[in-house]
Amino acid sequence: MPATAPAPATGSNLKVHRIEVRPRRGQADPRGAAVLRQIESLGLERRPRRVDHASIYLLEGDLTNDDIARIADELLADCVTQVAELQTGQPPARSGVSLIEVHPLPGVTDPAAESVQLAIEAMLGKRIAVRTGQRYDLHGVDAKLARTIAERLLANTVIHAIHDAPYIPASFPHGHPYTLAIREIAVRQLGDAELEKMSRDAHLFLSLEEMKAIQTEYRRLGREPREIELETLAQTWSEHCVHKTLKSTIRYREMPSGTDAPGGWSLLSSAAQRPHHDVQPDGTVVIRNLLKATVAAATHELIADGIDWCLSIFVDNAGVIAFDDEWAVCFKCETHNHPSAIEPYGGAATGIGGCIRDVMGTGLSAKPIAATDVFCVAYPDVEELPAGCLHPRRVLTQVVAGVRDYGNRMGIPTVNGAVWFNNHYIGNPMVYCGCIGLMPRSAIKGDVHAGDRIVAIGGRTGRDGIHGATFSSAELTDTHADEFSHAVQIGNAITEKKALDCLLAARDQPDGPLFRGLTDCGAGGFSSAVGEMGKSIGADVHLDRAPLKYDGLSPVEVWISEAQERMVLAVPPEKFARLQQLCDDHAVEWCDLGEFGTPTKELVLRWHGVEVGRMDTHFLHEGLPTPTREAVWDPAWSAIQRGESRRSTLTTGGRFGLSERAADLAKALEALLAHPNIASKAWIIRQYDHEVQGMSVVKPLVGPMAGPGDAAVLQPVAGSTRGLSIANGLATGLSADPYLMVLAAIDECVRNLVCVGTDPARIAILDNFCWPSCKDPRNLGSLVRAAEACYDGAKAFRTPFISGKDSLNNQFVTENGTTIQIPPTLLISGFGIVPDTQQCVTMDAKSAGSALVLIGATHGRLGGSHFALLTGSQGGELPITDLTVAPKTAHAIHAAMRAGLVRSAHDLSEGGLLVAAAEMAFAGGVGLEIEPANAPGPATSLVAKCFAEEPSRYLVEIASNDLAALQKLLSGIPHSVVGHFVTKPVFVIKGADEQIEIPLDRLRERWSTDTVQG
Amino acid sequence: MHSPANSSHGRLPQLDALVITAPGINCDLELCRAFELAGAHVETLHVQRLVREPALIDRFRLIGLPGGFSFGDDIAAGRVLAQLIRQSLYPALVAAMQRGVPMITPCNGFQIAVQSGLLPGPAAGGRWPDEPASASVALTQNSAACFSDVWTRFVIPANTRCVWTRGLTCATGTDVIPCAHGEGRFVTDDDTLAALEANGQIAIRYAPSDNFNGSQACVAGVCDASGLVFGLMPHPERYTRWTQHPTWTRLDASQRQGDTPGLRMFKAAVAHAVGVPA
Repeated sequence: MPATAPAPATGSNLKVHRIEVRPRRGQADPRGAAVLRQIESLGLERRPRRVDHASIYLLEGDLTNDDIARIADELLADCVTQVAELQTGQPPARSGVSLIEVHPLPGVTDPAAESVQLAIEAMLGKRIAVRTGQRYDLHGVDAKLARTIAERLLANTVIHAIHDAPYIPASFPHGHPYTLAIREIAVRQLGDAELEKMSRDAHLFLSLEEMKAIQTEYRRLGREPREIELETLAQTWSEHCVHKTLKSTIRYREMPSGTDAPGGWSLLSSAAQRPHHDVQPDGTVVIRNLLKATVAAATHELIADGIDWCLSIFVDNAGVIAFDDEWAVCFKCETHNHPSAIEPYGGAATGIGGCIRDVMGTGLSAKPIAATDVFCVAYPDVEELPAGCLHPRRVLTQVVAGVRDYGNRMGIPTVNGAVWFNNHYIGNPMVYCGCIGLMPRSAIKGDVHAGDRIVAIGGRTGRDGIHGATFSSAELTDTHADEFSHAVQIGNAITEKKALDCLLAARDQPDGPLFRGLTDCGAGGFSSAVGEMGKSIGADVHLDRAPLKYDGLSPVEVWISEAQERMVLAVPPEKFARLQQLCDDHAVEWCDLGEFGTPTKELVLRWHGVEVGRMDTHFLHEGLPTPTREAVWDPAWSAIQRGESRRSTLTTGGRFGLSERAADLAKALEALLAHPNIASKAWIIRQYDHEVQGMSVVKPLVGPMAGPGDAAVLQPVAGSTRGLSIANGLATGLSADPYLMVLAAIDECVRNLVCVGTDPARIAILDNFCWPSCKDPRNLGSLVRAAEACYDGAKAFRTPFISGKDSLNNQFVTENGTTIQIPPTLLISGFGIVPDTQQCVTMDAKSAGSALVLIGATHGRLGGSHFALLTGSQGGELPITDLTVAPKTAHAIHAAMRAGLVRSAHDLSEGGLLVAAAEMAFAGGVGLEIEPANAPGPATSLVAKCFAEEPSRYLVEIASNDLAALQKLLSGIPHSVVGHFVTKPVFVIKGADEQIEIPLDRLRERWSTDTVQG
Repeated sequence: MHSPANSSHGRLPQLDALVITAPGINCDLELCRAFELAGAHVETLHVQRLVREPALIDRFRLIGLPGGFSFGDDIAAGRVLAQLIRQSLYPALVAAMQRGVPMITPCNGFQIAVQSGLLPGPAAGGRWPDEPASASVALTQNSAACFSDVWTRFVIPANTRCVWTRGLTCATGTDVIPCAHGEGRFVTDDDTLAALEANGQIAIRYAPSDNFNGSQACVAGVCDASGLVFGLMPHPERYTRWTQHPTWTRLDASQRQGDTPGLRMFKAAVAHAVGVPA
């Protein structure tokens, strides 16, 4: 159907009807009970005895009493368990009960309301306006405490209104028709200070150089820019859209290391051999386009050196590799940090929603088959909460809920993830969402021709998310929740699911796709999507044709709105009618926004025929100035910065010494298993449907006792046992030197993948840089080191980067002006080919009698480890990845798996040897006697052997009579037997001169500690 | 839409299975796959098309209504699609059952079936009413009020009439089934439960220790009095190969012999459907 009018706008003579749906007397109220449990974790001095929950529906429209009764009984309430009450709003029945109602603010996307509206239309043939809300009756607390509970748990005032009485408005707010006014913004005469002020005040977030480039362009044109043109430039030139820091020219220098600082790797020694690097006479290194010189260069060199399975890299919304002769797979990972800081549920949901759309918008559309999520938040027991920050417990539970509700509804299994705690994420939580898609190899590339229709499908346009792209380039402050509430978006998964079904049907027509190319509307909305697709040919856009959620949007708002669930297609005119029909069949809204290609290759924007903007696409896409940025690596400063950020409230700082007594090793093991970075994530994993689509082979939790699997494996093509594995690597503990951190993260990602049976020669990876402000040359210096590590690591492992993204302004300024920087955080996501899923290996120990072999050397570097956190120290030297041995080890282990020698395998990472070994034992319910002193390598300290988190180490379970065969494959790689599996369900640690026995159940219990939900 | 196998001409008579899809349905591919592995030929049709032409249902000999979040499940799981079926498709679906067509409705399909008068259906020996009956059982919020993805052990009641599960026995360790839902807690009144139990209409139960959603009497699935219509919260369509089993890397050869329990349910229905007139 083409755009129908928004819901009726004449509010005055329409009555608002209120329907409350609550559990029938005698029926359970799980939602009320769940709220009560959550209130208990808030740690208030008083708490309610009981909470009753009811759903509220407000209906505005011409409805008869019969209509209302039918809606209440047939649509809103379930007659077995619920009752519906029609009312004007009853106060709580009893004294001692405080009432809280939470209603979305006007304009906030309300999927339940949309659903009710459509269902009523189908049922009665009447289109009415609907709003929904939630009612909570809190027994035994006063109104003040109820309000506190509402603000801390039940509502987010950025998107919700809180009422303390039943809410029944006289009428709904409605938009007012918009009258066109074209604003010109005078920039030609402004001085530097005025330009900077304008950039900030108008939320453009452009630098002075960029504002001056715009000024010069408009002086040349002899006119002032119109508002819509300036906004288009701000969106297109935003850090989010154009990666201007990573693509800029950087002058890098290194400071000598201080006494306590990690020294180590220097770029200077190898800079001359690196592409796009110039060593200057003064000892600095000039890097032209950092991204191209490192991450992308590695991939291009690998392709030149024979890797032939990269099909589309860095050019599309996701990177594409070959899966088999017929199919390709693509992977994209995004962050949605700033929106999630302000509204975690909506921020995370739209994060995953946007990443899914990236996959839908890759080539000629891929089918999303899996999702990943990685969250970095402050510790759940953080003591000081700066003004303007949400509590990390709330952030984490809400981002999980957001991914759950969106991913599950889309029918995309969330199969892999991680959570990392560090108190410097307090104002800036990291929310990474990844999505993997499957597509025929014939569909990996789209195109746009002049004359193609610009067709938008999916959701309607509203004011939601305006300035999201520029917002993501800003630094967060304690007032951001007020200033940027409009940048927050709420998604509606069902709209995206319908669009997906429709797109795949349009792609798979027998005579070829009904569209020539497509992209998603992400940051910058239509301005980015249409601008990018029409980059070389221009576009003529009729903004008034976009269907709106409500009246009153200006052309500027339509153009830059980041309303969710919209895709832009380039449709050959002769196929347009068929596409329309298909959209109508799938109940997907579409609109014809105009035509790609203009005679002058300009971007022309119109509103009811009137030109409101006209821009040169060359200036738009190539006019961005690229100043040289200064970067300095200052190891002493970095060590101090990152050292501070590692202070945590959950650690038992100082309680653990370096005792080698078995009892102390056991105590440390138990504390490590309960550390939130290491402890079970089952409470998250189980909320996600990680098996929908039926492709699952290795699930996130494995073994009879559900231990932590290293990677997920899917079997994406029906009838074929070829597998696709998915994992990640994150080594934020080493952020004091991002070079070592990134190598460790790549190594961890490879280890995880290899442990389930992935061929290490068929792994592709993605980078997601999240950094504190790179306007500080010291942060930019650390970013350069991370990028150089990407180059070295990818080449050594022969794991090409195929896609990436960055978010470079992650710091929070508190009320009193203190800046909290996140630690440099680089997520490596990876996926690879499992030649035969029948040979997959899981980490749960299989049987008593087999041997536990540790492969890879332990050097004794405890720096950045979780054990160091426990002892309250930095732990000394940071671990170093040996780029010669690491890939060789991965290949040897894969060979052992192909030979059928490996019964179980586990990546040795967070927590070290004892943690990994304990996880294997309790996951399989098989006892283990472990002798950590036998760990191979130069380390001498037993503590280091037990708890170092050095890279390139694996634990494998081998039948005793297969040891010789394994050793043959491991020639030249340090390894030794460190334990034996036993029948008795115990974990026995052999210390320096005694041993200790711990029941497996106890270890599993410690690992199952839930520090987040309380 | 996804049509896993193209309709063929001139082949041997085939068993046509219909998989109904709708906005928000998302377990359709695995349901198609399960029917195919069991030997049926599958066609997927969108509910909008069936609403326009309910007679399209008449030529199918097996029907599946898959899981998902139909129309978003924002009011309650299955509510909106159940309304649509009550209004438009109920007579055609009842006619199919009267022809003897087995029908499976996992997860969201089950939630829809109990709200659209398809389950538990008329009492034994009774006729399907012309208008859909109002719901007598509910699948409501899990007792923990949270979506949960788990494999549970299951028990098939000895007296069940369900053509999909009757007589299903499994090797130890393989008698588990995947579940993934937020609203699967089975609730009914005592009389209805007693009648369903007495009449063999409980088709599958969770093992008592695995009743994770708090269902009354551990009921995981029911069938109508004829045993043809099978609604269940678990997903047998996600358990059609051994490598989907959560601990398959530890199952020995004897445990992995033959078809998985999930696939055997589909094969039982397909075998039953062979005798159904098209």
